[in-house]
Parts: sequence; structure tokens; C-alpha cells
Amino acid sequence: MNDLFNSFMTGPDENGRFGDFGGRFVSETLMPLILDLEAEYEKAKTDDSFWAEMDDLWKHYVGRPSPLYHAERLTEALGGAKIYLKRDELNHTGAHKINNVLGQILLARRMGKTRIIAETGAGQHGVATATVCARFGLKCIVYMGAHDVERQAPNVFRMRLLGAEVVPVTSGRGTLKDAMNDALRDWVTNVRDTFYCIGTVAGPHPYPAMVRDFQSIIGKETREQLQEHEGEGRLPDTIIAAIGGGSNAMGLFFPFLDDKDVNIIGVEAGGKGVDMKMEHCASLTGGRPGVLHGNRTYLLQDDDGQILEGFSISAGLDYPGIGPEHAWLHEIGRAQYVSITDKEALEAFQFCCQQEGIIPALEPSHALAHVMKIAPDLPKDHIIVMNMCGRGDKDIFTVAKHLGFDMAESD
Amino acid sequence: MTRIDRKFEELKAAGKKAFVSYIMAGDPDYDTSLEIVKGLPAAGVDIIELGLPFTDPMADGPTIQLAGQRALAAGMTLNRTLELAAAFRETDDTTPIVLMGYYNPVYSHGVDKFLADAKAAGIDGLIIVDLPPEEDSELCIPAQAAGLNFIRLATPTTDNKRLPKVMENTSGFIYYVSVTGITGAAEAEAGDVGPEVARIQAAGDLPVIVGFGINTPEKSEAIAKVADGAVVGSAIVSKIAEGQPVDQVLAFVKTLSDGAHRA
Ligand SMILES: Cc1ncc(COP(=O)(O)O)c(C=O)c1O
Repeated sequence: MNDLFNSFMTGPDENGRFGDFGGRFVSETLMPLILDLEAEYEKAKTDDSFWAEMDDLWKHYVGRPSPLYHAERLTEALGGAKIYLKRDELNHTGAHKINNVLGQILLARRMGKTRIIAETGAGQHGVATATVCARFGLKCIVYMGAHDVERQAPNVFRMRLLGAEVVPVTSGRGTLKDAMNDALRDWVTNVRDTFYCIGTVAGPHPYPAMVRDFQSIIGKETREQLQEHEGEGRLPDTIIAAIGGGSNAMGLFFPFLDDKDVNIIGVEAGGKGVDMKMEHCASLTGGRPGVLHGNRTYLLQDDDGQILEGFSISAGLDYPGIGPEHAWLHEIGRAQYVSITDKEALEAFQFCCQQEGIIPALEPSHALAHVMKIAPDLPKDHIIVMNMCGRGDKDIFTVAKHLGFDMAESD
Repeated sequence: MTRIDRKFEELKAAGKKAFVSYIMAGDPDYDTSLEIVKGLPAAGVDIIELGLPFTDPMADGPTIQLAGQRALAAGMTLNRTLELAAAFRETDDTTPIVLMGYYNPVYSHGVDKFLADAKAAGIDGLIIVDLPPEEDSELCIPAQAAGLNFIRLATPTTDNKRLPKVMENTSGFIYYVSVTGITGAAEAEAGDVGPEVARIQAAGDLPVIVGFGINTPEKSEAIAKVADGAVVGSAIVSKIAEGQPVDQVLAFVKTLSDGAHRA
């Protein structure tokens, strides 16, 4: 039997499909652009000089490889499984987002594009894009929901310092999905000089596959580093990551998809709880298949197919969809998807600060909250690797507010 | 032969260009928009484009985005949109109706059920913005099989290499998007549009109708002159947004259709 036939790593197909998910649901104006991008990416993928440039920047600009850290006190406190944290929060700009941005900006340069646009929710992808654009002297415009501009003010200022233009989006309800709509509207208007740098494994083909490939450095490093800690051939028993669109999760998961003994868990934002009130962002656990932003995937939507706003304490998880590859992994059962509420994430946030001296972002705090649920019941030789995909500096204002701590500015 | 095909034969025989109007179904509410739709044929509209409201209209500018939001806030749905079309059909059995919108509400309804319901409501054609030829198996092919026209957009980025693919499963007419951009933004220029229309006309035998950026009777005439017809959307929707009474909206539509019919 052909090994490839049994592989979970061959997708997407030539139409950009992962099973029934993914695809290219864009207007005709954009279709030639995404075909160009696909052709360029296919060329770059097998070009050693492209990856040499990436490796150099990853190493000297981003600070890769990020450590794989044995969280001893966390492990002890939970009293079960052995917990490792993949420290992508130590990357330049404080999250995994830059792994992908570097790849896309190098592609944009190859394609001769001079104007970069991006959407952002928490502002982490916007900051990463503004950063790399500054590094290469490219014009950068970031679309950000007006609501997020308010709740993520420090990142707005960072982007402006880095020379980017931040456009507050008031269309729709002014959150991440609306920012993505406006970025797409910009792209159909400025088709010649503009490159759309998408921040997660969503959008039309080839974005979900391309962003996954750029983020896969997380899983590849994890695989090698765990062997350094635990001996040759040792794989993690469980890998866990938080999911907004799903890019940090795909980055960790992808290199392990064919290791059938590795348990894969994605953690969605449960907001105030996954129930009929829909005050959450758990597309897989609380949504159904639909088409938005260029791909078919699980979406939060009403009976009429109108898209609903998500709700989460974490702006970075506040997206009503999820990358199509996750939708597929969910349907075929290769990965398991769970949800964590705001309250649980806040508890995990504080626990991590106290146990490990690491202030996590609210996004990976969701993953950690699930680790806290399952680790106590697992044996001590069970290894969990959790993606610590971002640091919490951007979130201290939000957390202070929820904890009733007054951070009113002193002068 | 659909109502759309018959309409073009009729226009051709009369030596006239087509005037196509777009409004959002249910904007600002069901009753008002039905009243407007019913008045369109008398205002010189040859083909009615009816917008299907969607929360995330990524090819539309603010004018049509807000129209969709008004409609949704007033309780518009895909079912109600089809009801509106059916109510119009009770008074008019010849003016073609093209439903224009995005795929998700259709997909959510179920493609087969949607096609049956749309056909029963008297819909003649579909323009679904986010279904390029690459996704033809989703709706385009089933729609043609069900006897509905599937009208495709051609754009300034559709080069000659790609054009045959865009034309292949299109029927009724081709909708040429005059500018790269969203609805209601840039202005169409007859000088730029003419050669593009000629290029598309030469590639097949479907009528080529031009839309996006047409907002005055003069523009309507100038564009219709270099094409088989003109579409006006945002300019009409703006009048509705301003709260103009139905007869004034229709009087404005009449000036636009007169423009196209002078061409
Ligand atoms: C630290 C962090 N983690 C996760 C996410 C969610 O994105 P994704 O699911 O694509 O990793 C974000 C988005 O802003 C983020 O900033």
C-alpha cells in the first residue's frame, strides 16, 4: 500500500480543497491575483535560495529556533503529564505571527509588489506585518476593526511607530471579519501593486496551505527539540494549541499529522459559553459549514446564512470562522477540538504568571486552560507540548480590567 | 429560452440598448422595496437586479453594504427575498429578475432547494459574486440545469487567456465590471470600457452589459453606447438611503434608463 495514500499531509488538492473545505470563493477580479500568487509560491517552495533567506531572517531577525521549555513547576502543580511549552512568545514582536509574515513579504518582493495590506484583530499580525515592512522599506496599510482599535491601543501605536497606516474599519460591526472584508475590498481596488498578507490559515487557496507551511517551523522545531530533551525517536503524546483562525495550531500540528499516536487538540474560544446565545468564537463546536472570505469552512451563522459576530475576551480569537484544514481534520477525526471560556482562560493566564514567571497572551491562555483540565489525569510519562504562541504584554489592560485592577494612567 | 434571452431578442429587434437597475431586496423595508420593484418596468428598466442581503458583501462599497444592513435589520432573509420576487411576478410576467449576491445564504439554504425555490419565485438568473469559474460545480452547472441563467462577471483583470474560461459556462449575458474595485467607488470611463467590451463581444455571442461606477444619465448613455447595456446600482440605492419617496426614486431611475435608451 502506498504510504502517501494514508497521509494526512498531502492536502490541499489542486483546487485548494481539504476534503470538502477550502477552495477559491473570490470575485473574478481577485481570481487572477490568487492564481499568480499560487504560481509564485509553488516556485518559491522548491527554491533553496528562498528558504535560505527565510532561515537567515528567522535566525537573526526573529530569534528562532524558539526554545522548547520543560515547565517544571506547572507540571508539578498539576501533578500529572509532563508539560513542555513551545516558546513562540519569545519571537521578535511577541507572537508566532511573524513566522508567516516573513514568508509572505519575501514572496511579495519576488512578485515586485510594493504595497502591503493586512487585516488584524488583536494587532499582533498587524504589528508583525508593519515590522517586516519597515525592515524591507515597503508601504504598509493595516485594516483593523474600530472596536479592536479601541481595545488594543498599544498595538495601534506600535504599528504607527513602525510606519504603518492603521485604518479603523467601521463597516459591519467593526471587528476582525470586517477588517478582512475591507482588506479584500482594498485588494480588488489596487490589483497591480498590492500584496495581501493574510494573518492566519484562512482566505482563498493558496493562503491556508501557504500560511501553514510558513508556520510549520513551529512543529518541525518541536519535533527535533523534544528528542534533545527526551531521547531519539520520542514524540509528544499530546500537542495542544489555541485557535483563532488556526495558524499557530496548524504550525504545531502539521508535522505530526501522520504520527498516529500523537494526540492533537485545538482549543477554540468559548467566550461566555458555547450555547444558543452564541457569545463565543467556537466555529467547530458551535458553527456549521459555510462560505466566507474565500473558503468553505465551519462558520458561526444564523439560519439564513448570515454571519454572526464572535465573542471572546481575546481579540486574537474573535473570528467567526476557522481555517479549512482544521474543519477537515475535525470531520475526519484526526484532531479533536474543544472550547475554553473567558473565565477559564483568565484563570490559566494568572496561573502561568505565578507558576512559571511567563505572562502569556490571552490566546495561548485558552490552550493552557485545557492543559490544566487534562494534565492531572494523565500519567507522568505522558508528554504534552503546548504552543505558547504569544506573550501577554498586549493583554495586561484587558486582564487588569477583568480583575478589577485600576490601571488609570499616572500622568 | 429564459425571460433574459427573450428580453435581449426584443431589444435587439428594436435596436435598443438594455438598461439594468440594481436595488437591495428589503431596503429600507419589504413593502417599500416591493413598491419600488413594481415601478421599475414603467421607469424603463429592462432587467431587474435584485440584491440578496448578506452580512459580508466583500465586493461592495459602503452604499450597498449599508443597504444590506438596513434590509437585514428590517428582517430580510433569502426566503423573504424570493417572496418579494414572487409578489412582483404576480403583476409582471416578462421583466427578467436577476438575483445578485453572495454564496453563503444560498449554500446555507441548500443548492437544490434554492434552485427550485428561486425558479418557483420567478427568478431568471443569478449573479453570485464569490463563485468564479473555478467553483462552477457548486452552483453554476446545477443552476443552468435547472433552467436559470448564470451570469458571470468579467473584469479588467480577466485577460485574454482567462476569458474563455469565464465565458464557458455563462449564459444570459456577461456583466463587465468597468473598474477594478468595489461598487459605488470609481467612475467608469467609456473610453476605457469600449475596447474591453469589444474584446469580450468578440470572444462569444452573449450581450455584454457594463456596471460599476455609472451614476448619471450621461454616464448611462455613454457606457450603453459602447456596450449592449448599462447597470446602475449605488446611485439608485443612495436615493433610497436618503429616504426619497418611491415616486422620486423611480423618476431618477427613468432619467437613467432614458440615458441608456438614447444610446
Ligand atoms: C498570540 C496569538 N495567538 C493566536 C492568535 C490567533 O491566530 P491563529 O489561530 O491564526 O494562530 C493570535 C491572533 O492575533 C495571537 O495574537
